[in-house]
Amino acid sequence: MKKFAIGPKLAAAVLAIFVVGCAKEPPPPPPAPTPVVAPAPAPVSKIIPGSAEDLRVNVGDTVHFDYNMYAVLDADKATLQRQAAWLAKFPAIKVTVEGNADERGTREYNIALGAKRANAVKEYLVSLGVSAARVDTVSYGKEKPICSESTESCWAQNRRGVTVIASGANS
Amino acid sequence: MRKFASVLIALAAMALCQPGFAALQVDVNQGNVQPLPIAIPDFVAPTAADAAHGQDIAKVVRSDLERSGLFKPLDPKSYIDQIANINVAPNFQNWRVITAQGLVTGQVAMQPDGRLRVDFRLWDVYGESQMLGLQYFTQPTNWRRIAHMVSDAIYQRITGEKGYFDTRIVFIAESGPPLKRVKRLAIMDEDGANPSFLTNSYLVLTPRFNPTAQMIAYMSYITGKPRVTLFDLETGRSEKLGDFPNMTFSPRFSPDGNLVAMTLESGGNSDVYVMDLRTRKSTRLTYDPAIDTAPSFSPDGKQIVFESDRGGSQQIYVMNADGSNQHRISFGEGKNGTPVWSPRGDLIAFTKQAGGQFGIAVMHPDGSGERILSNGWEDEGPTWAPNGRVLMFTRTIRGGRGSQIWSVDVTGRNLRRVATPGDASDPAWSPLIQ
Repeated sequence: MKKFAIGPKLAAAVLAIFVVGCAKEPPPPPPAPTPVVAPAPAPVSKIIPGSAEDLRVNVGDTVHFDYNMYAVLDADKATLQRQAAWLAKFPAIKVTVEGNADERGTREYNIALGAKRANAVKEYLVSLGVSAARVDTVSYGKEKPICSESTESCWAQNRRGVTVIASGANS
Repeated sequence: MRKFASVLIALAAMALCQPGFAALQVDVNQGNVQPLPIAIPDFVAPTAADAAHGQDIAKVVRSDLERSGLFKPLDPKSYIDQIANINVAPNFQNWRVITAQGLVTGQVAMQPDGRLRVDFRLWDVYGESQMLGLQYFTQPTNWRRIAHMVSDAIYQRITGEKGYFDTRIVFIAESGPPLKRVKRLAIMDEDGANPSFLTNSYLVLTPRFNPTAQMIAYMSYITGKPRVTLFDLETGRSEKLGDFPNMTFSPRFSPDGNLVAMTLESGGNSDVYVMDLRTRKSTRLTYDPAIDTAPSFSPDGKQIVFESDRGGSQQIYVMNADGSNQHRISFGEGKNGTPVWSPRGDLIAFTKQAGGQFGIAVMHPDGSGERILSNGWEDEGPTWAPNGRVLMFTRTIRGGRGSQIWSVDVTGRNLRRVATPGDASDPAWSPLIQ
């Protein structure tokens, strides 16, 4: 990904041109000259390929599940295909798939259900050519929610499989 | 770490003790019991130095008996008589006037050898007779245990059932915001006193006592994956149980303490295994591709109750301890899980999920006679008092607002929150401490 090689200053300029180009209103006054020393780094372009952030932001680390189910949903297959391609690109990386459940189940059952979900993600990645030895699994049951409300929307967010780097990340 | 086995207690029937005719009794099997009015004045003390112990012990006994729901300790301010000498029969009329049916008199005295001597008598106020008289010797620092033993003796004399006050609760202490919960292994007395943490900040779940209350099996994420771990209360040391490539969870000891039933996960599938702690050999008991977990032994050790979704939804099954004769026993409404066999053997307590609620229920081991004891947003994970009369469980408040421990009588009465230092979950009741 070439854009990561772009320095912060240049990136800011590219961004400014883009904004100007999109504007439908009459062109705004010319931008102030870029300071010699940028006060803050640009928010983009800092992600290191093969890093945890790269997996999370550019590939997508999370898939979701239906209530009490562990089958990989069609809607999430593209995410897992990107994960498989990314793992092919960074062969030193090993990952752990974390299976999670919503709060609407008993503690032990949710641990077991999360294990089935993590394993379903692993099996799908393996079916795409990822070596099984590179994919570990763990279940947190209902112990690691990312949304705490007792609503359908939160439960849907919490029923998830998250692929995280176990070792071999670039940093 | 407090070592229970080392407590030295002498126990002797006293001269005035004339048990036998028990006019004063509470039938714990009745669905609707009127709590028995009982007066428990501060235990008398020969010296000012002992007086504090006398007050403290009486206070703990009053609190224990009140919490059981079967007794109504009368307010000491209502007493019109004072106990000066426990070796003289009380003036029963003065206790009848304030409606007391039972009266406990006691005394504490420091011995020349540094031990504390505690005497007490239980009186039937209407029968004008002594029902019980006992004497204990202990180190002064153990005064709370003596108070609980007095409570247990009174409870047993009046109800005919063993007490459960001289017990401890191991549980998960929770702190922190809903999305960054910190869960630590913790232990406390049955009444919430003497709480202490046993682990630091890594995730731990579902602790269970062994039959001597010296060992705790629990799930620890200290290495990243949940592993069944043993914690020795005497040494403070913990040890991963077995060497398995995948997750191990939901441990529970056999009644003789030699086995741990638990769940092993492999390839995403969870099955019930038993590990022999003497040989460290494990035996697989279930082979179903569905979820099989949450095993609990029958008190004779011959059967195991567990949960499985092999029939399409989470339900309760029973099998022989060798894995044979697996059969479903729960056929009621909704989903049913986390079964726990009563120490008396007559009932299995479990979590029922139905109608958008999680409640605690009991049924006979053949699945008959289901009764719901509690209903909440998320009541789960029952644990039995050693006498099989009372249950504790986790009550999680809707909307990520924390978890609490609650208790309920097996009759469904006396539902109340258990005192814990902060939020708490996954209680496990110890056996009666020896």
